[in-house]
Amino acid sequence: MTRAASVSSAPRGGVATWWTRQRGLRRMVKRPLPVFGLVVVLLFVVVAAAAPWLAPYEPARTDFGALRQAPSTAYLLGTDEIGRDVLSRVIHGARASLQAGVISVLIALALGVPLGLVAGYYGGVVDELIGRVTDALLAFPFLILAVALAAALGPSLTNAMIAIGIASAPTFVRLTRGQVLAVRAEDYVQAAVALGARDLRLLARHVLPNAFAPILVQATLTIAGAIIAESSLSFLGLGVQPPTPSWGGMLNVAKNFLVQAPWMAIWPGVSIFLTVLAFNLFGDGLRDALDPRDAA
Amino acid sequence: MFRFALNRALTAIPTLLIVTLMVFGIQRSLPGDPATILAGEQKDPEVIAFLRERYRLDDPVPVQYLAWLGQVARGDLGTSLRTNQPVSELILEKLPVTIELALLSLLVAVAIAIPAGVVAAVRKGSLADHSATVFALSGLSVPNFWLGIMLILFFSVQLRWLPASGFVPLLEDPIENLRRMLMPAFVLGTGLAAVLMRQMRSSMLEVLQQDFVRTAHAKGARGIVVIVRHAMRNALLPVVTVLGLQLGALLSGAVLTEQVFTIPGFGKLVVDAVFNRDYAVVQGVVLFTAAAYIAINLVVDVLYAVLNPKIAFLGRG
Amino acid sequence: MKRWLLALTTALLVGTVLAQTTVRIGLAEDPDVLDPDLGRTYVGRIVFASLCDKLFELTPSAEIVPMLATGYTTSADGLTLTLGLRQGVVFHDGTAFDAEAVVYNLERSLELPGSNRRSEIAQITDVVASGPFEVTITLSQPFAPLIAQLADRAGMMVSPTAAEAAGEGFGNAPVCAGPFRFVDRVAQDRITVERFPDYWDADRIHVDRVVYLPIPDTSVRLANLQSGDLQLIERPAPSDLSIVEADPSLVVQSAPSLGYQGITVNVSNPGPRDHPLSDVRVREALELALDRNVINQVVFDGLFVVGNQPVPPSSPWYIAELPIPARDVERAKALLAEAGYERVAFELMVGNNPQGVRIGEVIQALVAEAGFDVSIRATEFASALTLQEEGAYDVFQVGWSGRLDPDGNIHQFHTCEGNLNETGYCDAETTALLDAARAAGDPAERYDLYRRAAERYLPHRHIIYLYHQQLFFPHTADLEGFVAYPDGLIRLQDVRLN
Repeated sequence: MTRAASVSSAPRGGVATWWTRQRGLRRMVKRPLPVFGLVVVLLFVVVAAAAPWLAPYEPARTDFGALRQAPSTAYLLGTDEIGRDVLSRVIHGARASLQAGVISVLIALALGVPLGLVAGYYGGVVDELIGRVTDALLAFPFLILAVALAAALGPSLTNAMIAIGIASAPTFVRLTRGQVLAVRAEDYVQAAVALGARDLRLLARHVLPNAFAPILVQATLTIAGAIIAESSLSFLGLGVQPPTPSWGGMLNVAKNFLVQAPWMAIWPGVSIFLTVLAFNLFGDGLRDALDPRDAA
Repeated sequence: MFRFALNRALTAIPTLLIVTLMVFGIQRSLPGDPATILAGEQKDPEVIAFLRERYRLDDPVPVQYLAWLGQVARGDLGTSLRTNQPVSELILEKLPVTIELALLSLLVAVAIAIPAGVVAAVRKGSLADHSATVFALSGLSVPNFWLGIMLILFFSVQLRWLPASGFVPLLEDPIENLRRMLMPAFVLGTGLAAVLMRQMRSSMLEVLQQDFVRTAHAKGARGIVVIVRHAMRNALLPVVTVLGLQLGALLSGAVLTEQVFTIPGFGKLVVDAVFNRDYAVVQGVVLFTAAAYIAINLVVDVLYAVLNPKIAFLGRG
Repeated sequence: MKRWLLALTTALLVGTVLAQTTVRIGLAEDPDVLDPDLGRTYVGRIVFASLCDKLFELTPSAEIVPMLATGYTTSADGLTLTLGLRQGVVFHDGTAFDAEAVVYNLERSLELPGSNRRSEIAQITDVVASGPFEVTITLSQPFAPLIAQLADRAGMMVSPTAAEAAGEGFGNAPVCAGPFRFVDRVAQDRITVERFPDYWDADRIHVDRVVYLPIPDTSVRLANLQSGDLQLIERPAPSDLSIVEADPSLVVQSAPSLGYQGITVNVSNPGPRDHPLSDVRVREALELALDRNVINQVVFDGLFVVGNQPVPPSSPWYIAELPIPARDVERAKALLAEAGYERVAFELMVGNNPQGVRIGEVIQALVAEAGFDVSIRATEFASALTLQEEGAYDVFQVGWSGRLDPDGNIHQFHTCEGNLNETGYCDAETTALLDAARAAGDPAERYDLYRRAAERYLPHRHIIYLYHQQLFFPHTADLEGFVAYPDGLIRLQDVRLN
């Protein structure tokens, strides 16, 4: 009972689980779909990071002589309603989406995990209180909550991320709480309590490492949802501020030009779809791999 | 059993109270003054002062909150600041539209998800299974509003088969109503189908492992009969639970879908109300939705317990 | 089965068409409360046009003509107006329209709590029925725009009996004296009205029913027109007009609007501001850096009208001596240098909708060349109103829907105490000139006063006028007799559906 444990290092929950996970990860690598997901995610990360070098034009550069032009050699995906290069904007748009996906989930984790730990560990009134707030947040339709929060905070990418983070937190509260309850029932934890382990140390040593895998899976899947949520908010005008490109914002404009310039609507949507699908495939594969019950 | 249901119903009360606090708090922190919006372009200071007085916007927020809570307790959700219509009337007007949309998308979802889930489970690891997984995840990954736009682009703009949008009441012209609900229901249904299909697949896998199915097989029952008569029936139970939990997601999805197809339902009502700072409407709709969500989940839980007595009433899941 | 269903629907549809003619109109927004004294939205007025007749009406060329009034005379001192009234007019509830009804209505506009009309006719101190069909109005001071106000919502007559009976709920089921009477309303979905058989001018009404459908999305509104679900729509996206023109089943009518669009610069609201834009040279540089024609071309496909004054160049009140300045980036840079700046940064608040953002982005690109670094702040209308009032903005792209009388476009924005003066501009001379202009009875004298005022407030550039909307009304070709009016109202007199 004196093993050192930390959140960031490899999960430890006993030799058996550690071994199954290693096998699980190896199993995942052999499957095509999660690997495809991971590759696409990495691809979009590279695109986002290298956007200024990859994009043929400045994303905000307007060409008033080339409004709503169909794809051509000069503008591979065409131009938008004020003569900006759609390709360059799609490339730069990856930044907002990935940022929104990852940071919102970090916010949700920062809120949800501690609350879940506290609720599960202390139980009683604290648990009831946190449970009711979580229930209330879950009963609040996600998007309506996000729209209301984003409107209250003012439209910007940061505020959209905060809104999504808050709205996604309940899942992590419940998940962490469940993990705590499960781990607390384990013999070795009971033993640790008997040996006089104090609250925080116990939490840090036993619960977090065990909860790590399911939370990681949930976080990956939530990133997917957060990217959709950010694009939805941008679609409603509550996300990234102009002229910074975002996929949802581009679609908001494009829906007014479906007849004259359908190319404006296709690529931002395809990008959202691919990114989200990639995160979902990866998260899904991760779940199968880390779930010891499902040995394929 | 009764105690279980009662207990669950009682815990819903504090939850709803927290919902009211949250919706009220968020509302009042929204920038912008409803009285100024109501006064319109002319912004007559006298009119603004009158409206502030009339809707008690100058009262301290806790006083406003308690006043509203008292109203709600008496079954009065207030009146829309914008159109002066009672909020309960607005809700009753919009509710059937969203319910119709939800039921149709549910139909679409079930029609896709149940067969796909069964096939994926029975032929686990096959190409069909993998395709079903990819399809399900695609359904989860495609943004509703974009799928809606693409369908409009294809079926309305290019092929001109279906009207781009607009809404015809069901009772006025059922066929036209369905024609217009087709695309929105499909858009909303795909996301739901993904979730249901995955649930169906995994619970089907579990059931197929169980003894009674093996026994049935051993007794020489034909594969399809076993699957439909024994396995599917048992596998459906958890799917129903997931369905209840998906109601919230369905409503969230309806917000954007209704926006894209301009369907005058619940989602549109609430988004417009947020933008217009129509406090009473936002509060009323959110409270109503939350209550409906909690009630449906309660019913699902109780039903689940009734249908499956093996489950001890250990508390909430 | 399919064929059978099709046959049934066709039969049903044909049946309905034969039974009565219904015109379905797509509105850009959902109207607010349908009480002419409380109403505040532009689209609300469109619905009122079928429900509520007014004392005065305008012609397509914006001249004022009598409607429920038969004419008026003004006393020499301009303080007393006598209106003659039409006889034989009945309200939708069957009660008669007479002088008492007019007295009731004007008093209601002035006294109803929350009335949005009060400020429009606040100069009225007394209204009496000086005969069964004659009313005499007394004013606190001469007020030239009064008749124009009575040709809008302030002049709409509601049934006194119905208004008394309904109380606060009147706006949920209005009773007026217009060609159509109210049937029902489903919020955000539809407002239905039906032909009023006892309408005083019934010969000009050839439609049985009108359904107003709020459809905020421009492309959706158009799609419904193309599919034949709507017969007429208002305010299409200018970029969509090429689609309308290419469609042989559609026709477009248009009229120049009475309003303007521009950018409002915060010079000293709530107090003097420490911002480069407080320097008039910087504002002049900003105007010179703008290219109104480019904005019109890029955002509106060149279909709107560029302008530099509160009224469009086609208006008789346009000051010809002050033409639209041409773009001059070099001069703009020189002015900035003179004021001591190389680059000036400011925040441009625009409406949080694709078109508002587009205007912002075009302005941003244009003025960057002269040395302005614009950050765009797309703000919901609700928040923008509050920010504007509090003075928490640098520059706001905003406009005004316009009033028939020039006073409505000018006075409240440029006088020191003007209700809509949110720039903080205050010049005693301008205020005196504009006060005099609203009291002046003689048009030539009024024009001169407006010219002298414009020579003061235009160079100050706290509002930089950019363009005027052109109001387009696409409709199906089988709708005949529709005429577009500059006030944007949809009048159904003489309209037929074949």
